[in-house]
Amino acid sequence: MYVAVKGGEKAIARAHEQLARDRRGDPAVPEIGVDQIQGQLPLAVDRVMAEGSLYDPELAALAIKQAAGDLVEAIFLLRAYRTTLPRLGSTAPLETGKMLIKRRISATFKDIPGGQVLGPTFDYTQRLLDDSLLDNGAAAGTTADIPAAATPADLPEPDAFPRVLGILDDEGLIEPAGGHRLENNHHDGPRDSSPPPPDLTREPLEFPAGRELRLQNLARADEGFLLALGYATQRGFGNTHPFAGEIRVGEVELFCTPEELDFPVAIGAIQVTECEMINQFHGRDQIPPQFTRGYGLTFGYNERKAMSMALVDRALRAAELGEPLDSPARDEEFVLYHSDNVEASGFVQHLKLPHYVDFQSELLLVRRLRAERDATAKENRARDTGTHTNPVSTSPAADDRSIAARERRVKTAGGSSETGINEFSGDCAGKCSAACCAECCGKAPGQAAAPAVEGTNR
Amino acid sequence: MTTRLLAAAAPRPEKTAVLTYNFAYLDEQTKRMIRRTLLKAVAVPGCQIPFASREMPLPYGWGTGGIQVTAAVIGRDDTLKVIDQGADDTTNAVAIRAFFRRTAGIRTTEATAEATVIQTRHRIPETPLTNRQIIVYQVPIPEPLRWLEARETETRRLHALAEYGIMHVRLYEDIVAHGHIATTYNYPVLVNHRYLMSPSPIPKFDNPKLHRSPALQLFGAGREQRIYAVPPYTDVKSLDFDDHPFAIEPWERGCDICGATDSYLDEIITDDRGSRIYACSDTDYCRRRVAAQDAENAGAGQ
Repeated sequence: MYVAVKGGEKAIARAHEQLARDRRGDPAVPEIGVDQIQGQLPLAVDRVMAEGSLYDPELAALAIKQAAGDLVEAIFLLRAYRTTLPRLGSTAPLETGKMLIKRRISATFKDIPGGQVLGPTFDYTQRLLDDSLLDNGAAAGTTADIPAAATPADLPEPDAFPRVLGILDDEGLIEPAGGHRLENNHHDGPRDSSPPPPDLTREPLEFPAGRELRLQNLARADEGFLLALGYATQRGFGNTHPFAGEIRVGEVELFCTPEELDFPVAIGAIQVTECEMINQFHGRDQIPPQFTRGYGLTFGYNERKAMSMALVDRALRAAELGEPLDSPARDEEFVLYHSDNVEASGFVQHLKLPHYVDFQSELLLVRRLRAERDATAKENRARDTGTHTNPVSTSPAADDRSIAARERRVKTAGGSSETGINEFSGDCAGKCSAACCAECCGKAPGQAAAPAVEGTNR
Repeated sequence: MTTRLLAAAAPRPEKTAVLTYNFAYLDEQTKRMIRRTLLKAVAVPGCQIPFASREMPLPYGWGTGGIQVTAAVIGRDDTLKVIDQGADDTTNAVAIRAFFRRTAGIRTTEATAEATVIQTRHRIPETPLTNRQIIVYQVPIPEPLRWLEARETETRRLHALAEYGIMHVRLYEDIVAHGHIATTYNYPVLVNHRYLMSPSPIPKFDNPKLHRSPALQLFGAGREQRIYAVPPYTDVKSLDFDDHPFAIEPWERGCDICGATDSYLDEIITDDRGSRIYACSDTDYCRRRVAAQDAENAGAGQ
C-alpha cells in the first residue's frame, strides 16, 4: 500500500505509452507528416520558431508533431534542443529595409512609395467556417482556383519600399531608430562603435535591462502575454498613443563575416515580420516634441506578436522618456520576468509535483493553530461561565464562529438526545456530561439548570 | 540580385538522424560557466550568484537548477542519488535519475551512504552526510525576501546592506498573531553570520542539518538564474528571537513501518474514512531500519 502511494518507473513508462497512442490517434487515419505540418500549418511553425528562438521550420514542425499540437510544449522542445547548439558566430544586423516584401502596410499614410501591399492576410476575411475544407481538397477546383505563388523574380525590387518612418525621420519629426533626437540634433542612439549587444541566452537577466536586452526578451516572449499587455496599454494602463507606422513581412538575407575573410558573406535568408509603431511624445527638458518608436520583430509571419511587441517595447521606454511607471506594461521587472512561457509553464505546472513534505508541515501547523484556538475559546468560556450567575447568558451564538465548538456541540446533542434533552436549550437540567453543560447550560452535571424559558427567549 | 538567388534557396541538406549530446547533457562551456559561479558561491556563503541558466530538457520548476549544478560537478566516477520529498521513487526523482543515467551513464544508488552526489527536492536525508559528499538542492524561489518584497532590484539592495529587518518583523507578527512562528518549511536561515538564505522548501525539521554539515551544500535555481552555496562546516542559523528560540516540532508518534521516532513522517491516507498511517519520508532510511530489525530478529531467533 505504501509503495502504491508513490510513483514509479513503470507508471511513468506506461504514461508515456498512452501519450504516444493519443498522439497518433486513430490508426485508420494516415499519420500526419512533418512536411505537411511545415507546409500546411506555417503559422504554427512560425510561432514555435519565434518563441523557441530557433529558425528551423523542419525542427519546429517536428516539435509540433511530437507535442501533439501543443504549441507551448513544442516551443519548449525546440528551446531544449537550441540550448545544446554551438555558437559559430554572429550575423550582421538584419537589413529589414532590404526585405523581399511579401506584405507591407502602413496605417499612417494613405499612400506610400511602393504602395500598400496586402499579401496573404486574414484581414478582411469574413470569419465563416468554410465547409469545403472538411473534404480534403475534394471541393471542386479548390486548389486549382488558387493562382500559383509569385516567384521571387516577379516581386518588386526591395529598393522600391523605403521605410515609412524614414520619411518622418527626414523631416526630423521622429526620433532616429535607437534613440531620441536631442535639441542640437544629434541623437544618443547606438553608433557603429557601440559594444556588441548583450546576449540574453548567455548572460543572466539583470536590471536595469537596456533596450537591446528587453527586445531580445520580448522577441521570444509568449505571444498571449504580449498581446494582453499591449492591449492593456491601449485601454489606458500605460497608454502610448500608437499608430501602426509600418508593418512589413518578407525575407531578409543574413550576412556574416568569417574570421578568415574581411568581407561579409550571405549565408541564407529568413522570413520575418517587422512592426514599427509611431507614438506620440510631447517632449521634455532637452527633448523637443517628436514622435517616438516602438519596435517589434519576430521570426516568420506573425503580425499579432510583432504589433504587441512594439506596443510593449514603447511602454517599457517609460523611464527613459520620463513617463510615470504606473502600469504593468511599463514595469521592466514585471514584464521581463514573466514573459517567457517556457519558464511560466514549467513553474505553474510544477505544482503537480509531489509536495507531501511541505504540505505535511502545513497540516501540522494548521492542526496546532486550531487546537490552540479551541483551547483559548474553551478557556474563555470557562472564565465566562465562572463569573456569570446566569449561565444562559453565555450566548451559544458567540461560539458559532468556531467550527470545532459547533462540531462538539452537535456531538453532544446527539448524545443527549437519547436522554430526551433538546440541544442548546439549556434545559438538560444538568443531566448530561460536563462538556455538554459547559456548552448548553453551564452547570456542572447534576445541578439544576437555570429556567429554560428565560434562556431561550433572549 | 543575391537576395533572389537566396530566396529561391536550394533544398536544405540532409539532417543527421541521430542527435548526440555531451556527457551530462550540458556542453563544456556551459559547465565551465556554472563551475565559475559555484566557486563564487562557495566563496561568499549564502549569497545568491546570478548565472546564465540554460533551458533543460526538463521543465523549469522541476529541478532544472539542481540538474545544471549536478551536471557541472558530476564526474564519471561519481555515484548519484536523487530524492524528491525524501523518496527515491517519486516520479520526478525517477525522471531526473533516468536523465543522468541516459546522458552521463553514471552509477546511481538509493543508499544515502553510497552516494557521492545527492540531488534533492524538499528534504535532507536522515542519514548524516559526510565530507565526501555533495548535496544539491533544487530551489524554486531562491530569494528568502521575495514574498515580502517582489522586486529583485530592491531585495538585492537589502542583501547588500544586510538589512533583514522585514523578515524579523514578519516572524514577530507571527508570534503576535499565533503565539509562535508560523513558518513550517522554507524557514529562513542566516549563513555564516551574513547572508539571509532560503534553505529551499525543506521542512524546518531539516534546518538543523544545514548547520556545520560536513558535506558541501549547493543550491541551484534554474528559472530564477541563481546559484548559492553553503561550504562544509559553515554556521547556518535559523532565524529566531531570544525569547522564542527556533525549535522543530516533535512528532507525537513514530513511523508505522520502522518505528523511527527521529525521522520526518509522511501522513498517508489509507481509506475513505480518514484512516491514515505515518511513514518515514526518507524511504532509504526506513528500508534500512526495517532490514536491520529483520536481521536482528533473525539473529535472535537462531
